[in-house]
Amino acid sequence: MTAPNRTRRGHGLHGLMAEFETPQELVDAAHHAREAGYTRLDAYTPYPIEALTEALHIQDRRLPAVVLGGGILGGLCGYALCYWTSVIAYPLNIGGKPYHSAPAFIVPTFECTILFAAFAAVLGMLGLNGLPMPYHPVFNAERFALASRDRFFLCIEARDPKFDREKVWAFLTGLKAHAVMDVDE
Amino acid sequence: MSDGSDKGKPESSIPQPKPGDTGILAPGYTFTTLTDKLASIALSRRTPFVWFVGAAVGFMLSMVLLGALSYLVIRGIGIWGVNQPVGWGFEIVNFVWWIGIGHAGTLISAILLLLRQPWRNSINRFAEAMTIFAVACAGIYPAFHTGRPWLDYWLIPYPNAMNMWPNFRSPLIWDVFAVSTYATVSLLFWYVGMIPDLATLRDRAKKMWAKVVYGMLALGWRGSARHWQRYETASLLLAGLATPLVVSVHTVVSFDFAAGIVPGWHATIFPPYFVAGAVYAGFAMVLTLAIPLRKVYGLQDFITMRHLDNMAKIMLATGLIVGYGYCVEAFMAFYSGNTYERFMMWNRMEGPYKHMYWALLFCNIIAPQLLWFRKVRRSIPMLFVMAMIVNVGMWLERYVIVVVSLHRDFLPSSWGMYHGTFFDKATYIGTIGLFLALMFLFIRLLPMVSIFEMRAILPEAKVEEEEGA
Repeated sequence: MTAPNRTRRGHGLHGLMAEFETPQELVDAAHHAREAGYTRLDAYTPYPIEALTEALHIQDRRLPAVVLGGGILGGLCGYALCYWTSVIAYPLNIGGKPYHSAPAFIVPTFECTILFAAFAAVLGMLGLNGLPMPYHPVFNAERFALASRDRFFLCIEARDPKFDREKVWAFLTGLKAHAVMDVDE
Repeated sequence: MSDGSDKGKPESSIPQPKPGDTGILAPGYTFTTLTDKLASIALSRRTPFVWFVGAAVGFMLSMVLLGALSYLVIRGIGIWGVNQPVGWGFEIVNFVWWIGIGHAGTLISAILLLLRQPWRNSINRFAEAMTIFAVACAGIYPAFHTGRPWLDYWLIPYPNAMNMWPNFRSPLIWDVFAVSTYATVSLLFWYVGMIPDLATLRDRAKKMWAKVVYGMLALGWRGSARHWQRYETASLLLAGLATPLVVSVHTVVSFDFAAGIVPGWHATIFPPYFVAGAVYAGFAMVLTLAIPLRKVYGLQDFITMRHLDNMAKIMLATGLIVGYGYCVEAFMAFYSGNTYERFMMWNRMEGPYKHMYWALLFCNIIAPQLLWFRKVRRSIPMLFVMAMIVNVGMWLERYVIVVVSLHRDFLPSSWGMYHGTFFDKATYIGTIGLFLALMFLFIRLLPMVSIFEMRAILPEAKVEEEEGA
């Protein structure tokens, strides 16, 4: 957020978008863009490409931690529920078994662990991705609808410290891009 | 300044699905043609006539379910055949049967994902849908079997004015936790898996309402590389969570029996043998659905003979485990030296329900041995017949376990017979109708084959990491 959008012009520019026809071209272009020093860039593809994750230096390891936290919380809650219910709130003598019947509490504890961890995985993924997001500027790019079909897009964003519309345009055009387009805010 | 140069040696050790493997996907598809073909099923293609017939049958039978359940609520569960000594009849048989069917969906979507089996990509979506609908059908039975379904919320532990709490030492409350967690996690997994495809439908839709509805369901998915990275992590983690979950669900269902003392129920072999039986029944149901679906929707390019062959092999393998379970049951009855256990086994083989026992052995053990032959596995009619036989066999298995164990337990003076009444049968047929109706709606409205995962196994999806290229 420190980089000012110093090259904003017109009615606000989100960035420049280049369209590629193959995943290989996109991954190569992403490498080049990183090598050229651009840091605020994102790629849009119709399916996950692992090489792209590496090319763009995407390293977010928070999600597994969120899920682990969810699982641990779920396990503790599950066991606490069983214990509090069976020992404190509503002790029932069932066949002379101890109120604190740890083996019997395994199943609800396990299920709560999985349930909380699964919710943490889904909500964590959506939350970190900022979804649901009703509006995003990239959809203003013409032909962007093809990003969910058969085309591959690379966007260098206007908030990149090195962003200069003319230079970026020339740079993207030089990358064998099928087309280069403005993305309005 | 160029931090792009420190990326080191080729790290593409991530196992990509083998491209060019025509075995799981017919050659000649591109991102464009594949997307258009699969998206058109929900968006633009004319709905096949068979769909209307199937959906009509499904909805009509769902009406039977509504009727049967409404009458049940008015009259009570006396309209079913359950009574002393057989207090669990068709309803628990059907509950276990449906839950078991669901297991194949999770196995395909979670376990085969962890095992990096790309052939799952074309069948996982509708198998997961099958899981959810099967669990929905299963859930109806215990909910109404309580007799006062309007009080079912008592099963949930919550602070209440009666100051009552569930008993956590009971397998029945474990079941509530296991099945409700299973249903919730399956639904989450299914929905998350669909988000990128819903975005495809949103972008391909022509009609306004379709754009709006798919757009809302897609949550603004835009295919960003950053999103994909977290998405893939979340999918793997969910698969890792669903794997022990699916094993636990049928284990807990088997505890409903194994934790009791009735001969024929009280057995340690139950958990593994129930789980294997669940996968067995589930794959039979996946085949039952996949064979007509691929024909009607022309999906032979995506659900190929390789898929059917692989599923048949899994059926064969799990069927053998189930067979082992039957042998252990019989052996333990003999080896225990316990009169009641021995009688239980003898009663299964020679008692009044013996035809069911022998039919079950034929359906689950004898007939599927034909699957050893490649010719059988590669013959679609034979495979369909096999799947139907296993569907029936697994239902009979649960009938034998539930009813035949209960009808003659320790005291000969309290022996009795059980026969399902009209309403037992109507409820069963009704849930099959509900399952079909939900399945047909799903096929019509949502992407039944995972489009983005199919793109990933196209040959043109392969990316080579060229350093400094």
